[in-house]
Amino acid sequence: MRRDIFQAVADPTRRAIIALIALQAMTPNAIAEHFDTTRQAISKHLKVLTECELVKQEHQGREIYYQLEIDKMKEIDKWLEQFRKIWETRFAQLDNLLSTLKKTHK
Amino acid sequence: MKNNLYFDFTADKVKNTLTIKREFLAGRPLVWDCYTKRELLDQWFAPAPLTTKTKSMDFSEGGHWHYAMVEPNGTEYWGLTEYVKIQPIDYYTALDAFSNAEGEINEDLPRAEWLVNFTDRGENALVETIVTYKSLSDLETVIQMGMEQGMMATLEKLDQLLLTLKK
Repeated sequence: MRRDIFQAVADPTRRAIIALIALQAMTPNAIAEHFDTTRQAISKHLKVLTECELVKQEHQGREIYYQLEIDKMKEIDKWLEQFRKIWETRFAQLDNLLSTLKKTHK
Repeated sequence: MKNNLYFDFTADKVKNTLTIKREFLAGRPLVWDCYTKRELLDQWFAPAPLTTKTKSMDFSEGGHWHYAMVEPNGTEYWGLTEYVKIQPIDYYTALDAFSNAEGEINEDLPRAEWLVNFTDRGENALVETIVTYKSLSDLETVIQMGMEQGMMATLEKLDQLLLTLKK
């Protein structure tokens, strides 16, 4: 069964991995160095991401590099970015209101 | 984001939920007021360039908030939020709906359940909003409607980033 991409990105570590390899393809070891978790846990995350085709493996010599599947990411992001943007704008407005209110309350 | 306030946005396609967590540079009572008083809600709820216009509000269990999000050209999108359970200043739950200017609910459009939790994060307030739809297709309908209504910011920024990444 192919995994659900939304479940895949629901995990904060997996989102962090995506952000990391968005910049450049990396080996599992290089990725693991950025996290406070075991190499094994990272492998598991990479497996999930690979299964839902969010990342792909590329062999360079003896090393395996993980690379972001841009098109797949675009699909999800387009969906979510819509909603996220609304909330960001809304909250920025609330930030402004709160700072105004705090001034008048003082 | 200009300041380092905690922000997390996740969609769970299996449970049909959106979870949004955000920290605010203010104490819980003030943030609670911003969520529950009409004159304050009107100042922030609709994302720019839309503005919020409250027609009536009764923030109590069984009460409602009848409001419109108004486009700069004057087009109004009406909504009706029914408050279910209120526990000041910890949380409230509500049922939202699309409606008309008379406050009649449009039953053809998806409704969602809102749980809004307020907690302390040091001197700041942390608000967790969990929006639950009845089904995945409901969630998709709402997102698609949003796009049609022009409520969404352009995707140009993302597209540009992706272009940069591709190079």
